[in-house]
Amino acid sequence: MSELNTITTRSTSPRTRLSLAVLLIMLSQAVTVSLARAADEYHTVSVADPYLEMHTGPGRGYPKFHVVERGEAVEILKRRTDWFLVRDADGVDGWVDRAQMELTLGPAGQNIEFAETDQQAFTDSRWEGGVLAGDFGGANIISIYSGYSLNPHVAVEVWGSQILGNFSNGWMASVNVVHETWPEWRISPFFTLGAGVIHTKPKSTIVQGEDRTDQAAHAGAGLRIYATRRFMLRAEYKSYVAFTSRDDNEEVEEWKVGFAFFF
Amino acid sequence: MESRFRVLFLALPLVLTMVLLLSGCAATKNLFGMGEEEQSLPPAEAPSPEQVIDPEVARRDVREPKIDTEDFEVGAFVGIMSIEDFGSDVVYGARLAYHITEGLFVEAAAGQSEAGLTSFEELSGGAPILSDSDREFTYYNLSLGYNLFPGEVFLGEGRAFNTSLYLIGGLGSTTFAADDRFTVNVGAGYRFLLTDSISLHLDFRDHLFDTDLLGTEKTVHNIEAHVGMTVFF
Repeated sequence: MSELNTITTRSTSPRTRLSLAVLLIMLSQAVTVSLARAADEYHTVSVADPYLEMHTGPGRGYPKFHVVERGEAVEILKRRTDWFLVRDADGVDGWVDRAQMELTLGPAGQNIEFAETDQQAFTDSRWEGGVLAGDFGGANIISIYSGYSLNPHVAVEVWGSQILGNFSNGWMASVNVVHETWPEWRISPFFTLGAGVIHTKPKSTIVQGEDRTDQAAHAGAGLRIYATRRFMLRAEYKSYVAFTSRDDNEEVEEWKVGFAFFF
Repeated sequence: MESRFRVLFLALPLVLTMVLLLSGCAATKNLFGMGEEEQSLPPAEAPSPEQVIDPEVARRDVREPKIDTEDFEVGAFVGIMSIEDFGSDVVYGARLAYHITEGLFVEAAAGQSEAGLTSFEELSGGAPILSDSDREFTYYNLSLGYNLFPGEVFLGEGRAFNTSLYLIGGLGSTTFAADDRFTVNVGAGYRFLLTDSISLHLDFRDHLFDTDLLGTEKTVHNIEAHVGMTVFF
């Protein structure tokens, strides 16, 4: 049995290293892309309000240190959450919040809207993904999911979970369909149906058993709660039936909470 | 006169054929149950008589200009990790964060360290409890952080850097001693922004999980202290 353990660990650690390497490569790519984008021409807006206040940092607490007067132009360098880094004609850089930026005018004198991701976007969004954790029949479970909305009411989701228990570990992969009855509500209830596979590895020190993979179907319900910007909370209950090779099917109840983003 | 008759004569069958064809179509439609649908359609909207001139003015574009958004933060870290009962060793890893608001952010991190010998193993000099490969300590976690105290530090008279003291906590999994353990992490960190895009981190984190590796089931605390560097993109 110990030999088996050694093999399992040996196979996991290079995989972790590999995934770390892949993550780093992807991230360096992303940084390169964003640097290339930053080299593009900046956007210029002119101040329409009596003045535009510049903060030293992207947050409400950072002090105002500079003011740009009405009619003067500022370049927009970048955006972080709801704050914009701008540069005025004298080359002074400072952070301005979105509410003030909306009062500036574009080159043709038009109003500018800086898209605020709001509850409407929460209803209309196509893609979402998130992380949930909770209890899976007495074991801990950590799940990651990605979903695509076919219309505001119906979405398809793919889930991957790691199950961490006292007597066995394992993983689960599943696909499910989600139906939202009132997608326009801030707290939007949903129902779900799906199927997948559960892989169980009993812990050798306690239980003598073999690894097994069972097919499983599930039904559940939950809530999607819009929080802020692209962020939402999600809580759900699912009831699984695992079709085991033994005489009885196994029923497992799962409770999870977590957060998710929509795009 | 004769030619007019001829025209009438020729036109009559033509009209008749067309009428027959049209009614035939209608009959076929009814046969397939499509006719009624057509009848139930609302009458086509007649163009309003007031709109004489078609406006040729292009609509002004009021959409958000494409601005470089830097809500993501990515980087690597290195530090010391104290693995309960197994000594301290170097830890290194990578992190990716997404800033939701000026205060709130989420972070995914993965790290790796190596467990040393327990004091029993060192004193007895006997057979080791774990094989070398089982001493590898790897973890991943997903955490929620809050910039509790944003602020500035001043270097001399002319330099100011933005900083933030944040609290962070989350869930994840630790692989150690041929076992995966559900792990809770809590901690605090200090973010020091060298520029608007590059920051340095000093982070303290406790990774807690239950284990019965040394006989009795207990909650172990594995304290990690690391320095890191991140880039916003």
